[in-house]
Amino acid sequence: MTRKSLAVLVIDENHIRASIIEAGLREAGHEQVTVVHDVAGIARRIAEIEPDVIVIDLENPNRDMLENMFQLSRVVKRPIAMFVDRSDQASIEAAVEAGVSAYVVDGLRQERVKPILDMAISRFNAFSRMARELEEARSELENRKVIDRAKGILMRSRSLSEDAAYALLRKTAMSQNRKIREIAQSLVTAAGLLDPGES
Amino acid sequence: MAAEHQINAGFIPLFDSAVLVAASEIGFAAREGIDLTLSRETSWANIRDRIAIGHFDLAHMLGPMPIACNLGLTPLASDTIVPFSLGLGGNCVTVSNALWAGMAAHGALPDLDPARTGRALGALIRERAHAGRDPLRFAVVHPHSGHNYELRYWLAACGIDPSREIEIVIVPPPFMADALAAGRIDGYCVGEPWNSVSVVAGTGHIATVKATIWKTSPEKVVGVRKAWAEKHPGALSALLRALHHAARWCQDPANRGELAALMAQPSFLDLSPALQMPLLTGHLPLGGGAELAVEDFFLSFDKAANFPWKSHALWFYTQMVRWGQVKHSAAHMALARDTYRPDLYRAALKPLGVALPGANAKVEGALTAATPVGSAGASLVLGPDGFFDGRIFDPDRIDDYLAISDWAMPTG
Repeated sequence: MTRKSLAVLVIDENHIRASIIEAGLREAGHEQVTVVHDVAGIARRIAEIEPDVIVIDLENPNRDMLENMFQLSRVVKRPIAMFVDRSDQASIEAAVEAGVSAYVVDGLRQERVKPILDMAISRFNAFSRMARELEEARSELENRKVIDRAKGILMRSRSLSEDAAYALLRKTAMSQNRKIREIAQSLVTAAGLLDPGES
Repeated sequence: MAAEHQINAGFIPLFDSAVLVAASEIGFAAREGIDLTLSRETSWANIRDRIAIGHFDLAHMLGPMPIACNLGLTPLASDTIVPFSLGLGGNCVTVSNALWAGMAAHGALPDLDPARTGRALGALIRERAHAGRDPLRFAVVHPHSGHNYELRYWLAACGIDPSREIEIVIVPPPFMADALAAGRIDGYCVGEPWNSVSVVAGTGHIATVKATIWKTSPEKVVGVRKAWAEKHPGALSALLRALHHAARWCQDPANRGELAALMAQPSFLDLSPALQMPLLTGHLPLGGGAELAVEDFFLSFDKAANFPWKSHALWFYTQMVRWGQVKHSAAHMALARDTYRPDLYRAALKPLGVALPGANAKVEGALTAATPVGSAGASLVLGPDGFFDGRIFDPDRIDDYLAISDWAMPTG
């Protein structure tokens, strides 16, 4: 009756995240995985692919369009639901938290779809963790840059060594109960105002 | 000091979320002891699902959406009630410049008159069909939306069959203007400011507006998870009072500048304050240099804008039946009627001594002029209301309304 391998369609505008999910699905033994980034012309693609399951990012505003298409289209036979056929509350919540939603297109048994959703959730989580770490690293780099510039200003204007300039920034931050970065930013801004050539 | 009530609410970046935003940002909620946390969502499906699983206690919703939830028309349904309406009017039908030029050739004028523009559109549609061209494609935001129903009502009343003679697709509001400019759609019906966006870009023309198709007609509501409302009646009452004060603040012309600046912020609409002004003043640039002042274009408070009329719920229900979304039955009709909860609105606002309507439903289209209506404490003015084709909607005579066979407007 059922095909051995499920056809899975992943709709995600984020190329990197989509490829992470696709890789996960392939590792889990799903060979028929298609990734679509743009929903333009999606009806035709769905007709070609005949997916059993569609995984879509909850943040995709085209969810309403997709849902309506399922209701209207003769091509898509039986769009059941999302979050895996109204599966249990905990997995729905996990899916929502991770930003993943799933449409089961044609009367598929729940136990066949759940592993796909679980995989998508863990990949979504891994991706957002990665994105967060990237953001932290980027902001760390920014902090270092502005502190270096503030040190440079202090070294030039007060003839301090690099260590002494940093110590002064740290001491000021501590006495004002603020972050070193904030003190450095104020200094850079002030220097820029006093001498447009400086910044 | 910790707030007495914690409330999580979802909203979609549309101007008619303003009452919720003002309640949270201007301090009306805090004054009622509520810590109101707003989450911006990108699709109505998200709003509905996150209410269903309890992430949100309540949300900015399309008026017909809670009814569709209760009727089981949505994939992840939950019992949702409507104790508060977020406003009347605010939508427009915008068409591409090419379509407007074609309509103008058939007699459309930049006067927003639904009958005239509809006749012109009908003539153009028949001309295109005769020439063997593809049907025009219009977009609305959701199948269970006031937009879908008012667009269809307008077209049908002008003798156009919206199910056969045009194609209606779903496009998210922020994508409407781009889809129109790119030629993927020929027109759309959406709330402001997504019509003004096309007008300002020079790519669209406002053909008619909700406020002329059906005066003082319902739009967005506050949808509340029924289980939450029953468990936290005090929190809900406090919230309704906060929303009442916020809605009055939003309606006050003195606050327009502050409100537009608030809604323009990146966490809300992320669009310039100037784009909010047509909605706030009712003074609409229509495209091609034409401008028009529209009376009661959008009401966030006046004319009982926040009262959840059962006649509004029932009209939405008749349109669901009319367009084949649900079968008519006494049980379905009762579900729709009981979705809107004026009793909760009354109970929450009675202690404030504010004006409350004497009834829970009204005959839509019966008031041809602004009319003071009986209410305790303060004065309340309703109307004029009514549909542009002159039909009356009597919520006590639903079967008769559904039995109307010639929905087409008399020509003339």
